[in-house]
Amino acid sequence: MLLVGCFCLHSVAAMAAIEASVLAPLAGDDADARIDTIGKIAALATPEAQAVLQAIKDDALYATPNGTLVIVKDEQAYNPVSGKTGAIPEGADGIIVNNRLRGAVEASLSGFSLFSPDASLRMKAALELQDSIDPALLELVHKAFQKEKNSDIKAVLQQLISTVNLQSTNPLVRQTAVLSLADSTNAKLTPILQHMLEKNTDGSYIETNQSVRLAVISTLKAIQGRQWRTELLGNLFYGVSLGSVLLLAALGLAITFGLMGIINMAHGELLMIGAYTTYVCQRVFITYFPGAVDAYLIAALPAAFIVTATVGIALERTVIRWLYGRPLETLLATWGISLMLMQLVRTLFGAQNVEVANPSWMSGGVTVLGSLVLSYNRIFIIIFAMLVVFAVWLILNKTRLGLFVRAVTQNRRMAGCIGVSTGRIDMMTFGLGSGIAGLGGVALSQLGNVGPDLGQGYIVDSFMVVVLGGVGQLLGTVIAAFGLGEVNKFLEPFAGAVMAKILILAFIIIFIQRRPQGLFAQKGRSVE
Amino acid sequence: MANHTSQRLDHARLFSRSAWISIGLCTLIAILLPVLNLSFPEGSSLHVSSYAVSLVGKFMCYALAALALDLVWGYTGILSLGHGVFFALGAYAHGMYLMRAIGHDGVYQSNLPDFMVFLDWKSYPWYWSMTDHFWYCMALVILVPGVLAFVFGYFAFRSRIKGVYFSIITQALTYAFMLLFFRNDTGFGGNNGFTDFKRILGYSVTAPATKAVLYLITLCMLVSVLLLCRTIVKSKLGRVLQAVRDSESRLMFIGYNPLWFKLFVWTLSAVICGIAGALYVPQVGIINPSEMSPGNSIEMVIWAAVGGRGTLVGPILGAFAVNGLKSWFTAAFPELWLFALGLLFILVTLFMQTGMVGVMQTLKRKLRSAGTSDEEAA
Repeated sequence: MLLVGCFCLHSVAAMAAIEASVLAPLAGDDADARIDTIGKIAALATPEAQAVLQAIKDDALYATPNGTLVIVKDEQAYNPVSGKTGAIPEGADGIIVNNRLRGAVEASLSGFSLFSPDASLRMKAALELQDSIDPALLELVHKAFQKEKNSDIKAVLQQLISTVNLQSTNPLVRQTAVLSLADSTNAKLTPILQHMLEKNTDGSYIETNQSVRLAVISTLKAIQGRQWRTELLGNLFYGVSLGSVLLLAALGLAITFGLMGIINMAHGELLMIGAYTTYVCQRVFITYFPGAVDAYLIAALPAAFIVTATVGIALERTVIRWLYGRPLETLLATWGISLMLMQLVRTLFGAQNVEVANPSWMSGGVTVLGSLVLSYNRIFIIIFAMLVVFAVWLILNKTRLGLFVRAVTQNRRMAGCIGVSTGRIDMMTFGLGSGIAGLGGVALSQLGNVGPDLGQGYIVDSFMVVVLGGVGQLLGTVIAAFGLGEVNKFLEPFAGAVMAKILILAFIIIFIQRRPQGLFAQKGRSVE
Repeated sequence: MANHTSQRLDHARLFSRSAWISIGLCTLIAILLPVLNLSFPEGSSLHVSSYAVSLVGKFMCYALAALALDLVWGYTGILSLGHGVFFALGAYAHGMYLMRAIGHDGVYQSNLPDFMVFLDWKSYPWYWSMTDHFWYCMALVILVPGVLAFVFGYFAFRSRIKGVYFSIITQALTYAFMLLFFRNDTGFGGNNGFTDFKRILGYSVTAPATKAVLYLITLCMLVSVLLLCRTIVKSKLGRVLQAVRDSESRLMFIGYNPLWFKLFVWTLSAVICGIAGALYVPQVGIINPSEMSPGNSIEMVIWAAVGGRGTLVGPILGAFAVNGLKSWFTAAFPELWLFALGLLFILVTLFMQTGMVGVMQTLKRKLRSAGTSDEEAA
């Protein structure tokens, strides 16, 4: 900010000065007159005017007892009226800036950002103005509109002008303004337009001209139709996004629980370890390869897979394999493991959340339908989830390991008889499931907080997905995850986030009663 | 799972004579604690601190919950990971009365509990009606967990959901209830729950005498529930329940319908758990939705597992042992407690499936056989 101010001070010295009569009220006490003055200064839209406003904001505008205003900078006083720089006049003191004045100054200054050479800054300023456009800034916006080359920013500015023109006294100007707002995505417009259709207490319309009212109705229709489509698409997208998160969280469980029948309550903690591995990778890259920080995520994927798979295999060898055939005991033992893993991470990394930043190529997003932002990290995670599902399908159906895994799940003794080392396959399968949980953890680290309790929030959800989809069914898990994601997002607007979750849990509990085998039941003849 | 213990059909006696004697002794000691607390002044060598008494009172509530869990898990083979919800519902039902009993003594001096004033509610929601009557709330303590368990159990058992599936959906149940009670709009105080109780039936909740009475009621309840459970498991009904545990399909092929047996014991267990919660809340002075977190319910399971499931006495011992350990650890090495608890889960499931009672029985048997072999040698 200071740099900009500095730059302005020097470049404007030679330019046309501001008339003393415009500036004069600033030195006075009349609050309304001072606010008016800010508008007038802004309307000049000259760098000189910007310098004055910036000076007010920085408390650098001084007034002498006789009402001369100077901008004080580095022990030098610059007079914006005469354009001369000299010593600070005797008795000069900073003018009083209250919050109201400061607010007006800041709004006007953001208007000046419309002239910034950086297009993204101009866009930001234009969007900021959309929220609270001051009619006093109309002149400024007009000037910016004429200068603007970028069509996107031009469109926003056009809407700004139209919004101000809604208050015009000329019905024709109002009508054109209303019609040109049909493409607007600004949510604050709707109440303004609706207000125009309301009646005064005496029964007359607030908007007196009928053709303007008709224009308002058609514009409102267009805006609401687009809002509805945006909302629908947004819900769809966030539903798919939530579904892919659930899928990544549950996919490892679909293998360890679905195929092997092991209730691994420490599954959530494997996700958490995957997320922490991402964090460690990020730290390593920041320390040793600061030039390639953005690549940390690529390195985190194999790292997380290996770390969690190793943890999983260690668990399987030391604890779980002694409990095969005793699912309830497995459940308790793995719960104990989860407690210990959580406490371990708390001891190593602290109880607070750690920060995992998105790499630059994953931040930002694409804007569709004008106002809906689909963030890149969510898009990437959807694609990533699909890739992981495909990889798991390939491993299970097209590799020798997958063949053995299926053989052991279907008939352990027969598989053992024909020479499959069932113990080794158990270990590998559990390692695979755990490794996939680690990959899920990498994805989760890109979306939310990474803390020791990360896994706890997912354990119930993951089990619900696997149980709903049907045990041992990869396709069932995929459909259940996306189905739950969509239902959740579509319920949220009506019921609220927490209530939506409760309703879904209730739905699953009821659903399981009706179809204990899940959506896709495995055919079999066993009694149990 | 198969835990075939040879049992004689001995309806006449609930416990062996030595068991009766130890139960009697324990009860006597438990009665003595508050008596010593009240009758001897602080500093006297016979004085028992109020902290110790309230701790034992709290542990007895936990023991009651563990007993309830043992009835379904140890004897019927139904592992519930959601008993925390019944415990908390019982506690909330009693808590409603205690909140009403605060009267105008809250921070805002309003007719409504503070959290409702905070939410700007003008009157009680419908489900709070009549909760100013103590006995109505006591009925709720039994009815709310009972009805929930009955409905939930009916549908679950009718669709023959069992084993880990049942465990997982009970976990989802308590999780859903936790989320529900965390909401302020639910009308149960949100995440702060109920606290700052002032009086119960006109007596101050914090007075030592009231605490002693609550303690004795809890003790009384614990002993009678123990006897009731023992009667059930010793009866023919109890044998059917154990048959459900050991081989449900065989039982069905013989011609029993396990549904009503399971439903009975499940509902009874939930009611006992609710009573435990109701006794817990005035003694501890707070109830909030974190009691329904899945972790808490699993901790209850470990009490039963440590003590020895399928023994009734075991879970009581387990609840005291684990919670005693927890109190000590969280005071001495707070950061190590979760490691210890986690290790306990693993060690008990791997090496001590019969729990403390089982280990004791094995030791006793070994000592006896060692004794007889000594005699033979002599």
